[in-house]
Amino acid sequence: MPLLVIKDLHANVGDKPILKGLSLTVDTGSVHAVMGPNGSGKSTLAQVLAGNPAYEVTGGSIEYDGRDLLEMQPEERAQAGMFLAFQYPVEIPGVSNAYFLRAAYNEIRKARGHEEVDPLEFADLMEEKLQLVDMDSSMLNRSVNTGFSGGEKKRNEILQMAVLEPRLAILDETDSGLDIDALRVVADGVNKLKRPDNATIVVTHYQRLLNYIVPDFVHVLVNGRIAKSGGKDLALELEEKGYDWVSEPAGAAA
Amino acid sequence: MTSPVVTGAVESYVAAFEELTSAVAVPDGVQSMRRAAFERFATLGLPTTKNEDWHFTSVAPIAEHEFTLLTAKSGDVKRADLERFMFGAAGWYTMVFVNGRFTPELSDIATLPRGVKIRDLASAWAKPTASVEHIGRLSSYDNAAFTALNTAFMHDGAVVEIAKDVEIDRPVHLLYVTDAVAAKAMMHPRNLVLVGRNARATLIESYVSTSDAMYLVNAVTEVSVGEGATLRHYKIQREGRRAFHVGTIEAHQARDSHYVSFSLATGAELSRTNVYTTLDGEGCGATLNGLYMLDGEQICDHQTQIIHAQPNCFSRELYKGVLDDRSHGVFNGKVYVHPIAQKTDGKQTNKTLLLSDTAHMDTKPQLEIFADDVKCTHGATVGQIDQTALFYLKSRGIDRALARRLLTYAFAADVLETIEVEAVREELEKMTLERFV
Repeated sequence: MPLLVIKDLHANVGDKPILKGLSLTVDTGSVHAVMGPNGSGKSTLAQVLAGNPAYEVTGGSIEYDGRDLLEMQPEERAQAGMFLAFQYPVEIPGVSNAYFLRAAYNEIRKARGHEEVDPLEFADLMEEKLQLVDMDSSMLNRSVNTGFSGGEKKRNEILQMAVLEPRLAILDETDSGLDIDALRVVADGVNKLKRPDNATIVVTHYQRLLNYIVPDFVHVLVNGRIAKSGGKDLALELEEKGYDWVSEPAGAAA
Repeated sequence: MTSPVVTGAVESYVAAFEELTSAVAVPDGVQSMRRAAFERFATLGLPTTKNEDWHFTSVAPIAEHEFTLLTAKSGDVKRADLERFMFGAAGWYTMVFVNGRFTPELSDIATLPRGVKIRDLASAWAKPTASVEHIGRLSSYDNAAFTALNTAFMHDGAVVEIAKDVEIDRPVHLLYVTDAVAAKAMMHPRNLVLVGRNARATLIESYVSTSDAMYLVNAVTEVSVGEGATLRHYKIQREGRRAFHVGTIEAHQARDSHYVSFSLATGAELSRTNVYTTLDGEGCGATLNGLYMLDGEQICDHQTQIIHAQPNCFSRELYKGVLDDRSHGVFNGKVYVHPIAQKTDGKQTNKTLLLSDTAHMDTKPQLEIFADDVKCTHGATVGQIDQTALFYLKSRGIDRALARRLLTYAFAADVLETIEVEAVREELEKMTLERFV
């Protein structure tokens, strides 16, 4: 069943139109890759889905799990199971990773009518999640992303994802700046979190990550619209031929 | 600079002064000190905004009121009422003052370590020792109306003496509490802290209230840090929301001494904290840190003064503030480097976070350097919550209110981390997280 239905989405950054009629449907249990050249609108799509107020939606609709996503605050989207792994995770000096993760976890639990967990219970949960992304528990005491290497920041994003267990995960250029070992760790984490009732959108410029997170569908974003959609082989074709051969928009996604 | 006398305001203190000087017996020297101070106060009057030191803060709300002087013991404060002001710590050497008067039954100074002497000022005057002679010598009221006023009206407070080479294991806590009886009253606590050669001590000065009464606390604490000694001095101002608070600390540092000060200001309708230290020997270090958190219509002013009088000393200063609603913060940090104070290493920073469009901060760092081989820097910033960080937190399900609290906490974290008494640090961290709910 469809978890996310995007119809004819238009969005601006400042006065500049970036998304120009994008349509995409994501079913539960599926992995979609959104690929495209720089400036095609990939990251804008990710930010709009997460509700970044710096991006203005000027037209179209987004339905998420039967709800009007555009009416929801960013925190409501997260509480409803949406998760964006940031391309550039934000450093928050002074707030420990442990505190941040537990606050997020509890906010989401509260929103779903569950009891909050105390620091001890949470520590148990973290032990298991840390293994998933091959991280040392010492990073829990460090300030959120502060002084983290590029790889640590990306792993920290996947750790958050593992803790929050989203229904729809959007990975925005999670592969950028990662060496092959870190890439494997991140991809393994994502794969282990896959379930029949959730879905993943992988936004990426390169095909490399898709060797590890195998998509069911590949969409090519050109100039703010999906120009072509296909199966996982499309990614290989793009890797070989580059983006130039895809220019004519194909309209709505398959 | 003298400011115009607010005649009416000064007159309202005359009757109280006459009453005090006739009613309470003190040594002759103290009586004449009081008189001289009152005369000076009468000449100075309460400061106006024409006075450079009070440029951003009007004390008109104080001048408008006539305060009664509470000299007798009063109030109905129980140990249980004080629990929330005790930092959850046990075994501290605590002196409790209720409505300005020492209250032995609420205090814990019966058993003190060797070399530590803690007395109330009234008792100290009854049996004067050489140390009491320091009162009035470490502070100056020539151009400070509130210090003059305090000196005129001083009649209770703490005298803390740490003998040479003594390292005191637990903090000394001076807890000044007011209750509803203090309504429309003024209190002028006077403290003297003498730390002997190579001694180490921690002092906490708290100003709190169990009521929301309007009152004036005008405190003066004189501090002497002996050669090679270290004093950590925390001033915690969480007065009632309608209170007026003026608190002045004047420290004097001998060679190789360290004075570490932290000022928290979060209560009172209008508050002013002065922290002054003179590094009067080589090899001294002074650390002056602080945090102010305001909302509603609160006004909070900090004035610090670091006088580098000798060579080879360092000073570090970090003041941070969070202002919400229509509150107003003021920071004026002065650093003087005397001509002989070569190799002075000074750093001063003031950072303020504004949580609303109507909050207002005036910051004025002042460096006056008369030596030519020094390293001194200062910087001040006033900013708002980082929208990128706010969105990041919200994208993790954290709602706006909690995200704001977390980012406020994060902003204050580095200055809170400098607090070395764990119980105080944890309490202030909690306060910071909960202040702007």
